Amino acid sequence: MCPLRSIADCIPMIRVIAATLALLLTSLSASAQDTNGAIQQVLQEHSVAILKSSRTTIGPAIDAVADSGLPQAQAVLQAWSDRNMWVRAADGLFFRATEAEGGYSLTDFDTGETVGVFGSDALDQIKPNSGIRALIGTALVQFQLKDPNPRRRQDALTSISRNPDPALLKPLRNSIEMETDPNLKAQKLRQERLLTIGYDEDPDARVQAMADMSGDLSVDVRAALNPLVATRRAVVKGAAQGEVPAGTNVARILTPGSDALPKVEAYDMLVAADLAPPRVTDAAIRTALEANIAEGRVGDVAVQQLGTDAARRAAYIALADAGTVPPFISEEAVQETLDGFTFYDAYADPSPQITDAANDALNAIRLKVGLNQAADLTLDALSLASIYFLAAIGLAITFGVMGVINMAHGEFIMMGAYTGYVVQQIIPNHTLSIIVAIPLAFAVTFAAGVAMERLVIRWLYNRPLETLLATFGISIALQQLAKNIFGTQARPLTAPAWLDGAMTLNDVVSISYIRIAIFFLALFFLAVFLFIMKRTRLGLETRAVTQNPRMAASMGINPGRVNMLTFGLGSGIAGVAGVAIGLFAKVTSEMGSDYIVQSFMTVVVGGVGNIWGTLAGAAMIGFLQKGIEWGNPSNTLAAQTYMIIFIIIFIQFRPRGIIALKGRAAGD
Amino acid sequence: MSTLLEVSGVSVSFDGFRAINNLSFRIADAEMRAVIGPNGAGKTTFMDIVTGKTKPDEGRVLWGEKSVSLLKMSEAKIAQAGVGRKFQKPTVFEDQSVQENLLMALKKPRGWFPVLSYRPSDEDLAKVATLADDIGLGDALLRKSGELSHGQKQWLEIGILLAQEPRLLLVDEPAAGMTPEEREKTTDILVEAAKTRAVVVVEHDMEFVRRLNCKVTVLHEGSVLAEGSLDHVTSNQDVIDVYLGR
Amino acid sequence: MNRSFVARNPSVLIFLALLALFTLGVTILSEGFGVGMISTSFVKTLGKTLCLCLVAVAMDLIWGYAGILSLGHFAFFGLGGYMIGMWLMYERTRLIVVDALAQGSMPPTPQEVVDGIGNQIFGVVGSSEFPAVWAFADSLTLQLALVVLVPGLLALVFGWLAFRSRVTGVYLSILTQAMTLALALYLFQNDSGLRGNNGLSGLQNLPGVTASQDVVSMWFFWGSALALGLGYLLAAWVVSGKFGSVIRGIRDNEARVRFLGYSVEAYKLALFTLTACIAGIAGALYYPQAGIINPAEIAPIASIYLAVWVAIGGRGRLYGAVIGAAVVSLLSSWFTGGQAPDIPLGFYTVKWVDWWLVLLGLSFVGVTLFAPQGIGGLVDLISDRLRPDRHGADLGPDQGSLREKEARK
Repeated sequence: MCPLRSIADCIPMIRVIAATLALLLTSLSASAQDTNGAIQQVLQEHSVAILKSSRTTIGPAIDAVADSGLPQAQAVLQAWSDRNMWVRAADGLFFRATEAEGGYSLTDFDTGETVGVFGSDALDQIKPNSGIRALIGTALVQFQLKDPNPRRRQDALTSISRNPDPALLKPLRNSIEMETDPNLKAQKLRQERLLTIGYDEDPDARVQAMADMSGDLSVDVRAALNPLVATRRAVVKGAAQGEVPAGTNVARILTPGSDALPKVEAYDMLVAADLAPPRVTDAAIRTALEANIAEGRVGDVAVQQLGTDAARRAAYIALADAGTVPPFISEEAVQETLDGFTFYDAYADPSPQITDAANDALNAIRLKVGLNQAADLTLDALSLASIYFLAAIGLAITFGVMGVINMAHGEFIMMGAYTGYVVQQIIPNHTLSIIVAIPLAFAVTFAAGVAMERLVIRWLYNRPLETLLATFGISIALQQLAKNIFGTQARPLTAPAWLDGAMTLNDVVSISYIRIAIFFLALFFLAVFLFIMKRTRLGLETRAVTQNPRMAASMGINPGRVNMLTFGLGSGIAGVAGVAIGLFAKVTSEMGSDYIVQSFMTVVVGGVGNIWGTLAGAAMIGFLQKGIEWGNPSNTLAAQTYMIIFIIIFIQFRPRGIIALKGRAAGD
Repeated sequence: MSTLLEVSGVSVSFDGFRAINNLSFRIADAEMRAVIGPNGAGKTTFMDIVTGKTKPDEGRVLWGEKSVSLLKMSEAKIAQAGVGRKFQKPTVFEDQSVQENLLMALKKPRGWFPVLSYRPSDEDLAKVATLADDIGLGDALLRKSGELSHGQKQWLEIGILLAQEPRLLLVDEPAAGMTPEEREKTTDILVEAAKTRAVVVVEHDMEFVRRLNCKVTVLHEGSVLAEGSLDHVTSNQDVIDVYLGR
Repeated sequence: MNRSFVARNPSVLIFLALLALFTLGVTILSEGFGVGMISTSFVKTLGKTLCLCLVAVAMDLIWGYAGILSLGHFAFFGLGGYMIGMWLMYERTRLIVVDALAQGSMPPTPQEVVDGIGNQIFGVVGSSEFPAVWAFADSLTLQLALVVLVPGLLALVFGWLAFRSRVTGVYLSILTQAMTLALALYLFQNDSGLRGNNGLSGLQNLPGVTASQDVVSMWFFWGSALALGLGYLLAAWVVSGKFGSVIRGIRDNEARVRFLGYSVEAYKLALFTLTACIAGIAGALYYPQAGIINPAEIAPIASIYLAVWVAIGGRGRLYGAVIGAAVVSLLSSWFTGGQAPDIPLGFYTVKWVDWWLVLLGLSFVGVTLFAPQGIGGLVDLISDRLRPDRHGADLGPDQGSLREKEARK
């Protein structure tokens, strides 16, 4: 039987034959003796197919077991699928086998009793391939769906949603009634609807299911609907629409030359379908001419003259006329050919009723998805706005209240972030380290701000341009210093675990907890700022100094002290912002410069000298940036460019910002 | 005499505060006028409106024989039309010499392109020298104006105004911080100027106003309280109330 | 009063004489035309420095004289470089492509040449199409015109918008900085048509010129020296007359100038545009010597450095800008080039590559605080000039006005 192979290779085959012979014997005796259990009988009836283990023929065997209604059916299928079902060579009976001392211990499927231990030479393992296991899996699902263990039922549902199959529809429906867990019941109902959409034989039921699910945002609904409206592109000879084969569910008729079907593409379709000769491209002309160069000439044209497309084409046409090369196809010829065909997109599903319903459902979902995306975008924008607000609030104090431009503001943000990093090196607990880092970052940058005000800025009051340049000097020195200390690579500042993850409202809308935290941090600092300015002595003195330094001084307020503290406060808030920003962005020596221009823009757009203006500015810039990114998602660099251009134009119309001080108080 | 400047029904408010309230004012060619009033009467704002620095909420400001509205013109255009203004604090270009200050003010094309190729002719230099003599700075022509004394700066600013050859001069407290001799000289310069053009002097100092010997307009809370000779207005009961009653 | 331009501005003559002397000296010591004591790479450094001096002169015009602290002039500088770089790159690639295609079996069609160039230039950004901005890249004349027109037009539009709305002082500085950032970010993307962050490269090779870099570098050196000389002369001429008076007046007291009847906005715009054009020319001479230009060159920080040079040299005096740019940029390349000796402190060795920026930043703070006249102030010590005693007050109310310490007689 296998003359060319080694004997060893043939052994399984021999065993199969032996088993088959044994089987014949037993089946003859089975009806008489009826000693086998019920499930064993079913297995024996189909033992040929089981032993053959072929995907194409195994179906009835699996069905027989699954539909037997016997309590052991599930266990058999499970063992089979897990490759734990063995056949005893001696009598062809099937058992569950487990490895044991000296071979395998066999268990009877019907009684659950251990039959004994056999050596592996007396047994054969049934090895279902993956295709068969998938079929068994499908059959198993109906048992799993009714399994007393809720986790099993959950697994079964997950498996259905991953591999939807028409065959699962019936078992799924059958299992709904017995379901006691409300959560699982809801899932089952949902899966049932999805399977109905795809596979129910009754079109009306499918349409109804689509209508039921048309408000659902989940990806799986769209995944169920999309294949229904998938189209394939086709072409038929003849210009009239009637040429489309009857029974085709046409999605649309296409005109060559339109956006949906460029002429080149249409013609290529014809070429691919052997309905038209291939077009002769410029490259092909060149190749053909090259192949026909003889003694410096192509035909009767000198090679030197072939330096233009027109000349080459003419030479090619001459060659074509002589029959040397395929004929040239002109644009007119292409158009003429195209005119003789009808191009159309056809749905795979032949029933317009189904495809129309699917399209309706998808459109309804799309609208809802769009609305939800807008909500998601709003959340994104809100979180970006709070980041800008956090970064800008310190600047709003120093620039807005004191009229001092601090180019080193970004470096204070960086300093705060590095403080957070250093604290995390000392305190490994992330929650505790953040709690320590925030006040520490405030203290460090507060001190740095006070030092800078005392040493540099107070000598330059009323000279904002010089302040700008001097603080820029400090900024490059600080940046380089950070580089010298911490190196150029990014340092991590890790958020505590409870800030990981995101709050998910549905498949479209979600927002990460860090961003929520930053939003509240921004609100907190707004409140702190308002409290200090409106309710404390420092705030009162600050406002007094801002409005009239000389008068304030004559009333016993020390403007130097007030300026120092205000500047320290602004710098301190920058430091805290640095910790917050460091949590989601990398901490580098250059992180400050990423925010400085946006921060200035926020303050300027909002209106100097007013915290609500800064809030409005941050909101506007945040929403604007997200809006532009949404309009042009592939290109965030371009989004920033357009945003800055927009701001420059905006300042044309509101030179003093969104919330402007009016009249004399604004000065000139 | 024809009307040079007519301000009628002008109001302006800053954040709810009415700085100018339905103010009307007119002045003729070659007339001297003193505007007095307590602090906050709107004197400076009135000048701001005429020179185009502040745009009024309502009202008309008409200029010249053709009654052109000044409200739609920029500051530079108004100045070119012939309105010169002297500020309360002397504002001259401290970093530049007296000569440069006066040359800049000389009535010549103001566009950037002609100015770029402008080089002073002998005639211009002579004119500047005469002007400098008039304001008592003939010797200081090449000195930086930042080095001048306070009074000299005041005169230089008046000289700058005269060099502009304006038809209307708005002068804000010219005598502030001057010695009596300097005041006298300032009076002479202004009176001389008023022979050929309209001059509006805003002043606190009654003595100084008396010496100008001209019609007086009293402003109070953004509108005209009284108008007439100094004796006439000082005997007006309203004026006395405003100046003394508070 | 002597009204001859040179007689009133003796410093111009001195400057031009020194520049000529310097040029001659470098030529004699160069490898290309002299005894070879100065290496070609150092000639390039010197030539680039001259270009930086020229853009510093432009910066001084707009900041030192008109009081507008523009943080965008290095963007104009970079644009000038891009404009000439486009022609250099196009033409050189064209020659290479034509050469390569000439090896083929038949003469290339114009389309094949263009496609070949496109592939060579834009392959790096995954494209082969010529973007619209390259429309004139094949014409040297047009690209040379664009060197002036593009920065000029950008400055004109931006300046018109900014000055019209009366944005002044630090607001204007921030706005110019934003403009620079926007431009840099735009150029960083591949869609900009200027090869994204790869920038333009190979600019040191003049197409069709077979002379060695020793010689070419000297050509550019001479060109830069000439441009600096002419630029300086133009700047001196502009500020010497009444125009100079007006813009200095704008710097110290804008409102007063306006009430004198001068349209302040028009003057600012004219000067802003003029200086942008000068910056563009300087950039067009700089980048062929540097060999490569990319968007990082345009980043806002470069423009701030430009202001730093002018401040350290002494603003409001043209030679101050030149001195500042030359000193700081040469020192910077000396320190960052690793040539400066390290300072061992026992426990730590100060490496200048790491610490130069710290030193520059701090010395810059020092200059702003204690010596606002900058290096140029030393000249006043020699000429023993007086300055007005303003009791600590500035020379005008505006943000750009001179400080008392900066004023000269």
